[in-house]
Amino acid sequence: MALDAGLVGRSYPPSAVYEVGRAKIAEFAAAVGAGDPVHTDPEAARALGHPDVVAPPTFAIVVTLGAADVVLADPDVALDYSRVVHGEQRFTHHRPIRAGDRLVSTTTIEAVRSVAGNDLLTTRVDVATEDGEAVCTATSMLVARGTA
Amino acid sequence: MSARLQAADVAVGAELPEQTHRVTRADLVRYAGASGDLNPIHWSDRVATGVGLPGVIAHGMLTMGLTVRAVTDWAGDPGAVVEYQVRFGRPVVVPDDDTGAEVTVRGKVGQVLDGGRVRVDLTVTSGGEKVLSLARATVALA
Repeated sequence: MALDAGLVGRSYPPSAVYEVGRAKIAEFAAAVGAGDPVHTDPEAARALGHPDVVAPPTFAIVVTLGAADVVLADPDVALDYSRVVHGEQRFTHHRPIRAGDRLVSTTTIEAVRSVAGNDLLTTRVDVATEDGEAVCTATSMLVARGTA
Repeated sequence: MSARLQAADVAVGAELPEQTHRVTRADLVRYAGASGDLNPIHWSDRVATGVGLPGVIAHGMLTMGLTVRAVTDWAGDPGAVVEYQVRFGRPVVVPDDDTGAEVTVRGKVGQVLDGGRVRVDLTVTSGGEKVLSLARATVALA
């Protein structure tokens, strides 16, 4: 079924605070095979001018995946989740995510489209510190494959 | 630790060192745990084939995470990536054996922008087929 074009621009209340820990960054870095000490050694991070260990470029998905659940839970968003695949992903980093960050995510529906019987849903998650410093914008396009 | 690359040393068309990553089922389990993406199509053949996939596939976000290492290793600082986007074209099927799947990443400088920013265009293949399209990263160099 087609998504309602009126959903575009819908924004959801900010998420709870996600506190970024050194251990989580190290765990995620290991999972993507990123062996750079800047992810695990605060001294190596400081040598490159970072205040603490920095997260790999795709770490923001850990923060935004849960935040974007508000869209999936919205009864007005009629997507067949058993048929959803990830179509596109984009991250814009205003600065690297680092240990100690206390992040709040705000999710907005950016676009809905129907292409060849598939429903396409694009969401944008704006990640900022508790104090309002912009950190990252993550844009995800999900595809619900048509059954036709 | 690698030294940070300088923008002055970069020219359009320059090729990044090629990287090849091996992805096994154990890597998928590890990534599922680390990312919180527990979708069973990434660990259960029963569920994966039930939704029409050829078998268990890698998380697109794992492929995306592996791919950008070609850029961060080259730039010398993972914190230098200011923009990174991909389109997931074709799934990476990961067999239940000790060999897994191979993902090969090639990168080329597509554009030198203002302010020390450089756009890298990435070509990512598995089993000879392109798995990502429109894969590009922008790094801010010193």
